[in-house]
Amino acid sequence: MRPFTYERAQSPAQAAAAAARIEGAKFIAGGTNLLDLMKLQIETPTHLIDVNGLALDKIEATPEGGLRIGALVRNTDLAADPRVRRDYGILSRALLAGASGQLRNKATTAGNLLQRNRCPYFYDTNQPCNKRQPGSGCSAIGGFSRGHAVMGVSDACIAANPGDMAVAMRALDATVETVRPDGSGRQIPIAAFYLTPGDTPQRETVLESDELITAVTLPKPVGGRHVYHKVRDRASYAFALVSVGAIVQPDGSGRVAMGGIASKPWRIEAAEADLPRGAKAVAAQLLDGARTTDENAFKLRLAERTLASVLAEAKG
Amino acid sequence: MSRRDLLVGTATSAAMTVAPFAAEAQTQARPRIVGLPSVVQVSFTVNGERRELELDTRTTLLDALREHLQMPGTKKGCDHGQCGACTVIVEGRRINSCLTLAVMHEGDSVTTIEGLGTADNLHPMQAAFVKHDSYQCGYCTPGQICSAVAVLHEIETGIPSLVSADLTAQPQPTVAELRERMSGNICRCGAYSNIMEAIGEVAGRQA
Repeated sequence: MRPFTYERAQSPAQAAAAAARIEGAKFIAGGTNLLDLMKLQIETPTHLIDVNGLALDKIEATPEGGLRIGALVRNTDLAADPRVRRDYGILSRALLAGASGQLRNKATTAGNLLQRNRCPYFYDTNQPCNKRQPGSGCSAIGGFSRGHAVMGVSDACIAANPGDMAVAMRALDATVETVRPDGSGRQIPIAAFYLTPGDTPQRETVLESDELITAVTLPKPVGGRHVYHKVRDRASYAFALVSVGAIVQPDGSGRVAMGGIASKPWRIEAAEADLPRGAKAVAAQLLDGARTTDENAFKLRLAERTLASVLAEAKG
Repeated sequence: MSRRDLLVGTATSAAMTVAPFAAEAQTQARPRIVGLPSVVQVSFTVNGERRELELDTRTTLLDALREHLQMPGTKKGCDHGQCGACTVIVEGRRINSCLTLAVMHEGDSVTTIEGLGTADNLHPMQAAFVKHDSYQCGYCTPGQICSAVAVLHEIETGIPSLVSADLTAQPQPTVAELRERMSGNICRCGAYSNIMEAIGEVAGRQA
């Protein structure tokens, strides 16, 4: 790790102000992803702003009948919350499909939304990577790309967003709440939160470097059957090759989001009108325009089949 | 200038960094980042004993335990949160001590393998691991045991897992549940089946 100075934030706005004031500063909450990357010198913050002391660890009911999840609510606590288990099962299931028990005890709601990708070339500082070192090139294109994205990719980057929780948040139409140094805030719909790589793959979300996530809100429950299937190389504690989350109503209508296949949690609302017709019709629209490599082309068929199994479970 | 002088010098500036919103610090327009090691003080409780340390900010909780408190029971395997050898229990929850900074644990209570039991007075989970031969080289064992103790607590408190069929029901310590919940602890010797025997026995006794 490179040396860094450290402070404990006193309030969300103060934390944001510190990030604005100090060049190279970063927020740290759970730290499970950031410290990993700092050890490899992929992340080299000059200053860490520890936000763990901020009282952002509550899950509260909203006047609209939804939930407001504090940024610091740990993955374990969010997955185990009785209201989430009852009304937002897709979220519990997605969280429990991610990482390990130890990591979920530390990882936070906000931090998990911001976890970096797992492209092996992003992790190998001896290799070119446009995300880590803009303009240096993409080693994954033409390289080892079995785990990479087939949707929302560009000539600069084909890394897949590795998240599970974010897939559920996308299906649930969550909103990300932030605070800026001047105390003002933004409410960002999750659909507009992530960026596709384009020619600036180093920018993964619309957040500014001095903008702190304070909460994620969920609209009121939509009912239906909640299912999340994650397909991976081992049964537990591995990133998704393909994951599919769905909320299916008794009449067969519903919502679908996918993970492991795209640069961001992947949902195309227009495709959902075809849900009653089955997986093939929906997958064809979700994966329209896919850009595959020899190594990851299998994801197209795997995604359709995983969706079929999800819809079968939702029906049964 | 010796390394020691350097550390002493940075300790003074680091003290200000920890509380940068004192009036004095607020008058600085933009702190100068010098890229030198920064030293901070932190105190937490380890196995019931209060410990005070002066540490480079980069020190993980794992290194603080092993290198600064001379408690080598907690093991460093991958140092990247992938193997679970460094698992300790902090504020009642198991975490990877390699992926957290010591300075982030001011005031916390940490339990390591040394705090669970002693050679003369083993924790039931330690005794069960011995009885069932739940290790070969033993390197992952402290992490396995800390994790297993916490897993049974997580099941008791009703935290669901990926394999819980009904998210709203009280989970039970079945083999499937224990296997899923222990997946963050890797054993290169492959002692998994005996680890399951040991945890299952303790879970049965608790039930």
